[in-house]
Parts: sequence; C-alpha cells; structure tokens
Amino acid sequence: MSDLKKIKDEFLLKLKRKLDISEINQIKSDLFGKSGLISTQFKKIGTIEETERKKFASDLNIIKDELQNLISLKINELESAEINKKLEKEKIDITLPERTFVRGKIHPVSQTIDEISSIFSEIGFSVEEGPDVENEYNNFTALNTPENHPARDMHDTFYLDEKKQKLLRTHTSPVQIRTMLKDKPPFKIIAPGRTYRSDSDQTHSPMFHQVEGLHIDKNINMGHLKGCLNYFIKEFFEVDKIKMRFRPSHFPFTEPSAEVDIGYEIKDGKIIIGEGNQWLEILGCGMVHPNVLKNVKVDPSKFQGYAFGIGIDRLAMLKYGINDLRAFFDCDYRWLNHFGFDPLDVPTNYRGLSR
Amino acid sequence: MKITFDWLKDHLKTNLKEKNLLEQLTNIGLEVESVENLSGDTELFKVAEIIKTEKHPNADRLKVCDVNVGENEIKKVVCGAENAKEGLLTIYAPPGAIIPKTKTKLVVAKIRGVTSYGMLCSESELNLSDESDGITELTKEFRKNIGKSYFSKSKSNLIDLSITPNRPDCLGVRGIARDLAASGFGKLVDLEEKKIHLKNKHNLKVKINREKGQGCTAFGSCLITNVKNSESPKWLKNKLISIGQKPISAIVDITNYVMLDINRPLHAYDADKIEKGIIVRNSKSGEEFTALDNKNYKLESGMCVISDNRGVLGLGGIIGGTRSGTEFNTKNVLLESAYFEPGSIRNTAKKLSLDTDAKFRFERGIDPLSIEDGLNKAAKLIKEICGGEISKIDIQKIETYKSRKITFDPNIFEKISGFKISLKEMIKILEDLGFEIKKDKKRFKLTVPSWRPDISQEVDIVEELVRISGYEKIKYIEPIKQRKKSTLNKFQKLFHFLQRSVASKGYLEAITWSFTDKRYNDYFRDSKKEIKIINPISSELGVLRNSIFSNLIMHINKNLDRGFKDLSVFEIGPIFNGPNPGEQNTVVCGLTAGKKSRLSWIEKDRNIDVFDAKRDVVQTLVEAGYDSEKFFIDSETPNYYHPGKSGRLFLDNRKDQVAAYFGEIHPNILKQIDMKTESLVGFEIFMDNLKLSEKTINDLKAKFSFSDYQKSERDFAFIVNKDVNAKDLIEAISSVNESLVKNIKVFDVYEGENIPENQKSIAINVTIQSSERTLNEDDLEKINNLIIKTVENKTGAKIRS
Repeated sequence: MSDLKKIKDEFLLKLKRKLDISEINQIKSDLFGKSGLISTQFKKIGTIEETERKKFASDLNIIKDELQNLISLKINELESAEINKKLEKEKIDITLPERTFVRGKIHPVSQTIDEISSIFSEIGFSVEEGPDVENEYNNFTALNTPENHPARDMHDTFYLDEKKQKLLRTHTSPVQIRTMLKDKPPFKIIAPGRTYRSDSDQTHSPMFHQVEGLHIDKNINMGHLKGCLNYFIKEFFEVDKIKMRFRPSHFPFTEPSAEVDIGYEIKDGKIIIGEGNQWLEILGCGMVHPNVLKNVKVDPSKFQGYAFGIGIDRLAMLKYGINDLRAFFDCDYRWLNHFGFDPLDVPTNYRGLSR
Repeated sequence: MKITFDWLKDHLKTNLKEKNLLEQLTNIGLEVESVENLSGDTELFKVAEIIKTEKHPNADRLKVCDVNVGENEIKKVVCGAENAKEGLLTIYAPPGAIIPKTKTKLVVAKIRGVTSYGMLCSESELNLSDESDGITELTKEFRKNIGKSYFSKSKSNLIDLSITPNRPDCLGVRGIARDLAASGFGKLVDLEEKKIHLKNKHNLKVKINREKGQGCTAFGSCLITNVKNSESPKWLKNKLISIGQKPISAIVDITNYVMLDINRPLHAYDADKIEKGIIVRNSKSGEEFTALDNKNYKLESGMCVISDNRGVLGLGGIIGGTRSGTEFNTKNVLLESAYFEPGSIRNTAKKLSLDTDAKFRFERGIDPLSIEDGLNKAAKLIKEICGGEISKIDIQKIETYKSRKITFDPNIFEKISGFKISLKEMIKILEDLGFEIKKDKKRFKLTVPSWRPDISQEVDIVEELVRISGYEKIKYIEPIKQRKKSTLNKFQKLFHFLQRSVASKGYLEAITWSFTDKRYNDYFRDSKKEIKIINPISSELGVLRNSIFSNLIMHINKNLDRGFKDLSVFEIGPIFNGPNPGEQNTVVCGLTAGKKSRLSWIEKDRNIDVFDAKRDVVQTLVEAGYDSEKFFIDSETPNYYHPGKSGRLFLDNRKDQVAAYFGEIHPNILKQIDMKTESLVGFEIFMDNLKLSEKTINDLKAKFSFSDYQKSERDFAFIVNKDVNAKDLIEAISSVNESLVKNIKVFDVYEGENIPENQKSIAINVTIQSSERTLNEDDLEKINNLIIKTVENKTGAKIRS
C-alpha cells in the first residue's frame, strides 16, 4: 500500500467520527499545514522518477481534493449547526407592532380633478387656468352678462372693491375669455378651479370647484356637445350606459343653452348613478354665444362651438358617496383620512380611474 | 312661478294628463322645481278666532290662547307671536296637520309645561308669503267662516316652475300656455276681444316728465268710479289660494290675478287720495314715502317715482305707497298699467334692497304692448265685481315701441343644432310662438313678438326651434380620441407632482377656503398687504389669505381639540399678494404637530422638529427634479417662524427667488391662539419661484459614468466657533478637489465637555475616489492634509486630535 493510500484511508476514517471545530482544524493542519502529510507529499514530487511522477502527482491531487472537500463540508455542517443554535435564542415576538408609519392622502376634490383631466385628455382637451381674483369684465360683461342683467342675481358675488370692479370669480367661465384672448382658434380646453359665491348653507359653500369646458372650431354643433358630455359622464362614473337628459335652460353666455340631468335611484340607501327614474342636475352647457365670441375677437361666422361648466365637488360627492359639501373644506382629520386617496393612486387611462 | 293645471286650462285646450304636462314643461325649458298637493291636508287648516290670551306662566314671550275653532270645545294653543291678541281672526292648524313650509306634522305637545292643542299659523308657515311677522291676520269678513277650512278644495296640484331670467313672458300663465301649445301640447285658447265702448271722461291728468334717465316710457290708466270694494268672489279667491297667494280685497286681488294670468303688473290707486294729477318723474334726493310693506323709504335722486302734488305716491313698477292705496271703503279707483325700463327698476330696487313681484317682472321686461289689454281686463273685472263706471283709457308715452325684426337663414339651424327639421315645421313653431313671418327668397323675415325681449339675433331663433322641437332630437356625436397638444403644461405637471410627492410623505391633503380670519391672517401676513372682501359672509372670513398657514393652523387646532395629537396636513393652492387678477401665487404649505413617534415599544419618543420639515422640503424638491447639491440654505425667514429654528431655501446660490421656507412656527403664535402641542413645524414651497426647465428630466441628467477604483473613507473632527455653519465646512471640503471628493457626510455635532465654550465639534465623513486609478497611501495622505488645511484656513476650524 502506497503512502498516499494509507494517508487517505486513515484520514477518511478520522473524519467520519464526530468532531468539533478544533479537531477538524487539527486534521486540516495535520494534512495541509507547512509540514502536513499532504504538503510533505507535494514536496516529494520533484524527487520521484520521471516515469512515475505524473501518476503520483495526479493521485496526490485527487486525494488532496477529496480530503479538502470533506473537511469543508464538515466545517460548513458544524458552522450552520452553530448558527442555527444561536438563532434559536434570537426568536422574538413577531406579533409586536411594526415601526410606526404615516400615510398621506390626496383630497377627493384633487383626485376628482385628476380623473376629469385624464378623461378629457383622451379626447384632446388640454388644461387651462385662470386667477381666482377676476375683473368684472371677464367674469360677467365679456360673457354677455352686462351690468343690470338679472342673471347677475344668480351669482352672489364677493367683491374686493367698492366699485365692484374686482371680485372672486363666480364661475370658471372667465377662463374661456382669457384663453380665447390669448390664442387663436381652434380651442379645446378644460379649466378646473376654485370658484366663489357668497352663499353658505348645508348645500352651498362660499367656495366650491368647477370645471369649465370649451371647444371652438369650424362646424362644432350641439351633437358634438351631447356626445362629449355623454362620453365624459360614462367614463367618470365608470359605467357602460348612462341615462342622461338634456333640457333647455338659459345662460347668458351660451345660446342655445342646456342643463344636463342624469338618471339615478336610491338602492339600499346608496345612490346608483345612471339608472332609475329620478333626475339629478349635474351641469350646465350650451353653444357659445356669438356675442361672447365677438368680445374675444373670434369671428362667429367662421367659428362656433360649445362650452360647459360642471360642479366638481358635486361629482365627487356622487361618485364617492359623500353627503355634506361643507365637510370638504373643514379639514377634519377623520374625514380626510376616510375620503382621501392614496397618493400612488394616480388616475390614468391605462390603469383606470379608480381601484 | 307657481301655476296649477286648472289655471293653465283657462288658456290651453288639451286632453293630456298632468303627468305629461310636467314632463313637457321641463322638456321645453320651463323646469318643474316641485309639485305639491295642496288639496289633502290643507283642508285641516281652519279659520279661527282668538277669544282670550294669557301670559304663559313659564315663558315671557309665549302666550296661552283660547281659540274658537267653530267647535263646542275651546282649544288651548300656546303661541309666540306678538300679534296674537283677543279678537284676532287667524288660521288654526289642529294636531295631525302637516305644516306646508316645514313639512312637520303637528302633535299635541307640552310647551314649557303647558299643553298646546295645535298651532296658530303665520303666512310663511302656510307658504302664503315668503316672510311674515307673527300669525296670519284675516279681515273681519272671515268671521262668518270660523270653523271652515281656509283653503278651498282643489284637485289641481301646485306646480312650481323655475323660469329662467330670459323668459319674462312665462311669468304669466298665458305665456306658459303659449309655449306648451307651440310644442304640440294642446291648443292656445283665443282671448275674447270684446272691446267695451268707453265713454266716461278720464279726468285725472297724467304726465311723464321728459327728463334724463326717465325710467317710465309709457303710462296707461283709467278711472273706475263709484265702485264698492269687497272681498273677492269665491272663484277669484280660490284661484289665488290655489297658487299660494293670500286674497286681500277684490281690487287688489284683480290686479294680482291679471299680473299672474298675463304677466301684466298693474297698480290700483284710491283716486280720491291723489292730489290733482299724476306726475311720473325722477325722485329728488331725500324724498321719503311709506310703502305698502309699511316701511319708510328715503330715496336717492333719479329714481322713477309716481307722484302727485303732495309728493311721492309710489316707486314705479316696484311698490305703491300707503297714502294712495285702495281700501274696502275706496270709491274711485285709478288703475295704472305702465312700462318701466328694466335697468331703472333694477338700480332702484337694488339700492333700496326691495324685492317685489312687480319688480321681478319689470326688471326682466314686460310686454310693452300689454298696457291696454291689462287695463281692459282688470277694469272689466272690477266693474263686474265691484260695480262702477269705467272711463276712457289714457296712455301717455314718451317713447313708442318699435318691433324687432330679424332676418333668419334656416340653414343656420342645422349648422348649430346638428339635426334637421323641415321649413314647414320651422314656420309652424315660430308662428305658434307669436312670430310674424315673411319668406324672402331663402330667408325668413321675422317680427319678434313684443313679449320676447330676449330674442335679438339668429341664434336666438335657433334656440326657439331646438327647444320646441325637443333636445332629445340632438344626435350624439362620439368624440374623437386624438390629442394634438399635451394635456398639462410644465407648471401644471409640477403642481400635480408636488401634490402627490408631499402627500406621499405622510401629509393629508386639505382644501381650505381662499379667505380667512383677519386675526389669523395677521399672524402670517409678514409684510404683505391685507386684501379685504367688502361683502364677506362673516367677519371671520373677511380677508383673502396671504398665507395658507392661517387656515391650516386653525384647522390643526380644531383637530387637536378633537383629541388627535400627531397631525400632518398640507394644502396646495393660491395665496394672494394684492387685489388684482394675477396677484396670486401657488404655494405648497405643510404643517405638522406633535411627535414623530409616540408611545412606541421600539422607538424613542421624539418631537417633530425643523429637520423633519427640512427633509420633506428637500426630498420633495429633489423628487421634482431639482439638484440638492446646488441648494443654498440660510436662516433668514419671515417673522412667523422661530427665528433660530427655521430656514430659507434657494435652488442655487444666485439666490434669485425663495424656493421654500421651513421651520418651527413662532411659539408666540401658538401662545396667542392657545394651541397645545409638543411641537409645530411647517414649510412653504413657492411654486412660482421654482424654475421650469425647458428640458426634460431625462435631458437634464449628466452622462452615466462611474468609477470602479477603490473608495476610501476618512473621518475628520473639527472644532469651530459656534457661529460657523456645517455648510461652510462642507463647502471648504468639496472645494479641495471636486473630482476626488465624492461624498461628505456630517455625522456628529457636539458641544459641551472637553470643547471650549462658544465652540463646537463637527465630525465629518469624507469619501474619496478617483475615476482614473486606485489611490495609494501617499495620495490619500496628501488629500487628507489638504482637507484639514483648507478647512482650517477657510473656517478658522482646528482639527481635533
């Protein structure tokens, strides 16, 4: 029996025994230390006759690998046994609460504005804005509501000066004027924002939100208006069909004018939009009055189109089952938490408006 | 405008049902607001007399009344009205009756210990008038009706229509009937044109002064002599009661009836109380008169008044005066039917805060050609009911009505409505509405009916045609899904980004009013101008906000009162710098109260502090695409921040415009508003001061490059004077070699033991890495020494050994 075989057999036997880490290290050093058995054999390679040297070296390497692998395996086994033993002691009560986190929320009105913008974006509207403080001309006169027009009574206006030249806009319609004065037709815009009327009770807040829509081009008729609003309402309430009624009304800045009602019913105390025999008024609209177009230097014989104004808070209330308008602006922590939206819930076309 | 189907049938022949009527009214733009059944419960409301009143034993303002309701038993009723007195004839509602105004059902109830059987009703509770003081007072003619129902039986429902301001013609039943007939709902009944031959002389002179701003252009009148005013006959009373009006006397009821029926306001004077003649003129400043609402009005100059030799009799088209009003003993009546300019009516009524049925109609525009019809109709009725002789009709005019003509191109109809109707149909609709039509080649020459002041151009004709033929005929044209312009501009995108970025840091978004309480606004106004609202809804909402903090702090305080302790809210919205359009800025404002962690088993309690706010501001701006390396931060902040614990942030060291403030709110403010919280910190990001790059975030990024050579980290501790900022040290270090110094981190700040007074120790970790080679010990030593030397030279620091 060669020396090599002897070393191998002896140490394989030794390694089969139950060993602790120091014993294994001892074996490791016995074999591979500076003067270890295997190390010594390697030093011998040079002294062996050339004819046998190749075989000897090859055998030696095989034995070396075999023993080394076995030792690593043993060490790994021992180490993981040791870690497992240690971890056993580290067991904690995982039912204890996690570190505190805070969750922010987006206000339902902001979420609704984003939903509205997302819907109108798909059919080519872009978003315009105007200032909250307006002059009397943009808010009324340019919109074909001259002074002493009884329609001004419908708007309880907050004024900032005694001459009543500066006011808080009573609707988003002045954005129509600003947009058309600034650019050339065609126009296809929506304008969401804050609006103000000095009215305050259960169903009226002195500040509320509207979104204005304006589409002016050649040959835009009432059919486009009806189609656009029908599309919007369906998308907004995320229903396939909507019961909708256009009925004649009057606004000084549109002619013909219409108000739009949607069908609803109350089922189990909840409002169901789009069906039923009850009507709910949700917006006003119409074909932009030629006088308004003239006021902004758009030729009404060449361009025509529609405008609409929708109460955003009202839409949010309907969609999300909120009863009290006043609560929107009351900043009650419980309310904001309950009705608010996660900031990651960005309404988009591909992901849908709401989860 | 209130109507009944029965009344409509005076003008409209139809076999259709009320249900169809309601639908049709809404379909043609006469929106049905409500339908009320007046017949059912109202029978319970009885004419009654108060026999005795006593003071309530337990309440000063209440009385206990014995009421005769026509039964054997006298009812005890507790009443709070001042006018409840013995002998008063009024309206009694028994337990079980439903009060029309409040819709509440009466029950026998103890009021302050005294049992009340029913109630004595005011006019407003019965929807007979909008406002009323005290309980209804009936005239002595009602004595014979005690115990009988006050309201007559009516099968017709009360229909309340919301008439848009452009349709004064529909403030009369006939106008509504005309619209319905045009839409195919029955046939308009012709009014008999039996003209009575009038011979009697009209001997009361009427004159309209021709003066600047004269609000009256025509004044028609006739005299009816030797009348006997009385209660109205049953049919007339019932008619008025059926739409919720209170009958007064035959003459007044007749003028009201004509107004409601054909929208022709009239006024009846007791002719004997007029001195000499009538002069229609502008008022003089300071003139006074007592109107029929029993209030005294002091007039400004230039208001249109009807006067006689003694002075003002009434405000033309708005309200008459008590001096010349008709009474039951009136013998001779002067009936007025005039035309007043809408603008003049509106001005006067607004200045005097007066609102009457006549004013409501005249300011919208009364048919100028209805003067004579109105006089005829009313005078005939007066003669019929009260007897007497009618004089010739006298009409004074300073202007003659000219009818409006419109040339209408029928093609415009389809261009605007998007659907077609035949020419024949168009002509029928317009004729039914009262237009005169002449066809001229391919166009219509239209004469607008005198009762339609709202129609002045072609598009108005289109509206009439669409309205009457039905909005349901308009097609749905599906919108095209095509976008030519981006939906949001850069600013709007940033707005939405910041909104969600701040919310994602644990803030609840609030939306508060753009106005606020002056007191709160003053805390945060800084040097800004106060902007007052001249007609606020309450004094607590009297100014436009100069900062969002004013509202947020108020609401945070309310939430603390609700028992919340740790609160984070933010708002993104306008603040106002001046009273002109555009003098506003968009601000993101956050406010946090309380602690970062509270009652946690794992984390130490810690108050919210300025560095939380700083983190939120910096992180938000970094997320929005701004480079925090370039930020310039110092401690100059407005006076509502803690002077030592607050900061100002610029996007770069050019310091053009403040991008944000952050810090603790000044403790004095908390004290003044009595806010109890451990800590209150806030921030403001000024959106208008954030530069919007033309480039996209992607284009703004530097080329992607990195170094794989070994990094080396080294810690330094410097002792510096207290007034030296960490920023100064960091700047000094990064100036040493920008390409080698990769990261600088302050990891400890220490004052106290072992550190000289007025000095502090700042410990900084610096990462050094070359992008060209691995640095050896020598290189590192060199650069470390350079760092120490530079910091010491630039900041006066000393390295801590």
